[in-house]
Amino acid sequence: MKADVDAPLTPSGLGRLLRRPRFGGKMGGAAEFVVIPALALAASLVLFGIFVALFGKNPLDLYFYMYQGAFGTWFSWQNTLTRAAPLILTALCTALPAQLGMVIIGGEGALLIGALCSTAAALALQEAPSLFVDLAMAGAGMVGGGLWIMLSGALRQYRGVNETISSLLLVYIALAILNYLVEGPMRDPTSLNKPSTRDIGAANMIGSIPGTDVHWGFVFGIIAAVLSYILIYHTVFGFAARVAGGNIRAAKVVGLSVGKLILVICFLAGAAAGLAGMMEVAAVQGRTNANLAAGYGFAGILVAFLARQNPLAVIPVSILLGGIGASGGLLQRRLGLPDASVLVLQGVIFVMVLASDSLYGRLPFLQRKAP
Amino acid sequence: MADPGNIGLWTVPLAVLGGAVRVSTPFLFVSLGECITERSGRINLGLEGTLVMGAMSGYGVSYLSGSPWLGVLAAGVTGAAMGALHASICGLPRVNDIAVGIALMLFGTGLAFYLGKPLIEPTAPRLPSIDFGWWSDIPQVRAALRINALFLIGVVLAPVLVWALRTTRWGLIIRTAGESADAARAMGYSVNLIRLRATMFGGFLAGIGGSFLSLFYPGSWNEGLSSGQGITAVALVIFARWNPMLCLAASILFGGAAALGPALQSVGFSHGYHLFNAAPYILTLLIMIVTCSPKRTLIGAPAELSITR
Repeated sequence: MKADVDAPLTPSGLGRLLRRPRFGGKMGGAAEFVVIPALALAASLVLFGIFVALFGKNPLDLYFYMYQGAFGTWFSWQNTLTRAAPLILTALCTALPAQLGMVIIGGEGALLIGALCSTAAALALQEAPSLFVDLAMAGAGMVGGGLWIMLSGALRQYRGVNETISSLLLVYIALAILNYLVEGPMRDPTSLNKPSTRDIGAANMIGSIPGTDVHWGFVFGIIAAVLSYILIYHTVFGFAARVAGGNIRAAKVVGLSVGKLILVICFLAGAAAGLAGMMEVAAVQGRTNANLAAGYGFAGILVAFLARQNPLAVIPVSILLGGIGASGGLLQRRLGLPDASVLVLQGVIFVMVLASDSLYGRLPFLQRKAP
Repeated sequence: MADPGNIGLWTVPLAVLGGAVRVSTPFLFVSLGECITERSGRINLGLEGTLVMGAMSGYGVSYLSGSPWLGVLAAGVTGAAMGALHASICGLPRVNDIAVGIALMLFGTGLAFYLGKPLIEPTAPRLPSIDFGWWSDIPQVRAALRINALFLIGVVLAPVLVWALRTTRWGLIIRTAGESADAARAMGYSVNLIRLRATMFGGFLAGIGGSFLSLFYPGSWNEGLSSGQGITAVALVIFARWNPMLCLAASILFGGAAALGPALQSVGFSHGYHLFNAAPYILTLLIMIVTCSPKRTLIGAPAELSITR
């Protein structure tokens, strides 16, 4: 039976057309998406090594301590994964709108607003059972962050305001709101040196994954990334979004409501970053203060671009970038490098990754041989 | 009036006026530079990083050499180098100029914090100011009229740039590259080279804007020195319709908005101080909401600009 089904297809050549070249093409494409960013990353590490060598440090020491601080011990692995958790979520804040061809760089703002909203929810519900408080915190954080980025999307859709600039301006506005609330209406009078809100209460803190010091935010980040991947690549909604991202006029011609797509995607993007803010409050800080503006939102932009806006690729890239962040402390102690060295390395990687965009389709050893 | 210093609530508008002149200078330089870059058909969002690099290098050179004007020059050269980096990456095929701008924003701030670590402690010689308030007895008036020479240079530069864009050969070439890269190519010019020079010029001015921050007002180097002035200035160019004279007007407006918080604080009205700090960003956003439209491309926008297409 099986042979009968295959038989008429093979001579026509359709089977070959469907199977081998497509498979090969897919592999060739995928190899490019791994090899080129890896080359860019390696080139950035070499450049950064040269940079620190100019300051009289041994680049080999640099690489050794970076590896040690990021992935060398169980302790550093835990540190890395803890830092990767918010990065996954803030990277989604850039990667999801990118499917629509939008460049949103305001993840930091959505993170701060998410943190504020979730803290407010926790403080309002002090008497409630802790599971309920945590759910309310997550909900408030996601809605707050979601609406924040949706504002950028709505301005783009209804007023034609550039979303890159508006989302970045909203970061500074969010920071001002946070500083105002933390030093004014929401201030805990006992926080003298560092103005903060009141504590959300130890019972309401989200614990660690059993056997580790890594908080549950890492798991939630992975779940969010996988859900985003399914949404974008395996649902009609995601297909519509990618069509609109590819050609907005074609999408309008076939009757897609682009405005709705923009608003929903921006809301989801902001909700992810808002959840990151909630996690930083509920699992790390326990309260809201200026410490939350630690740059996770900005590093998330880099993660999204390095992952080529693919929600699944965001996970390993976040771990890698989390590792770079985690090694910063060791570099400071052992090599006497300033804490900003992590920022410099991130910047170099970002520049190199973008410059490597011009290599696609041009590396001879990655191209499929013409049949 | 017995005490010339006691002028009551008049302090606020005076402080806003003086603040507008002081605070607007970095906005002015960044937006004038970005105006030229965008007229050549490319947008450089990395000017935030350029501004911080300029502030750091200007402060460093002023401290080492003892001459603040040498610091201003060094800041400009650093800015031009950042611009050259941006332009040369954007010149590669299939590279998005907005993304490169974001990357250089992060790279520039990171590098400035790294190199500027040893500069937080020492005090560098600052730029002198010119006293235009000598005729007045009121200290607030004198403070408001103590104006930096860089501001005056910027004020002169704006009409010069309008003239240069309109009538000179270089202005025409830049505008051609911005309106139609094909036309510029047909005339035998390299579009990448034109945009490289325009971006370097933009970076030069943005670097000078940064040196104003560290060498005059607020007048020291620290990591919180710039908070979005660079990106606000980029938005301001859109509001100013790519016209250098309107950039000047918009910069002063923004300077005034940014000076409102400190001015109110000076009369003891400190409630919501942080919210007033957000005034320039909120104003930028509101202005973009009012002036942009989803239905038509912006009037005066260079046709090659990726941000308006």
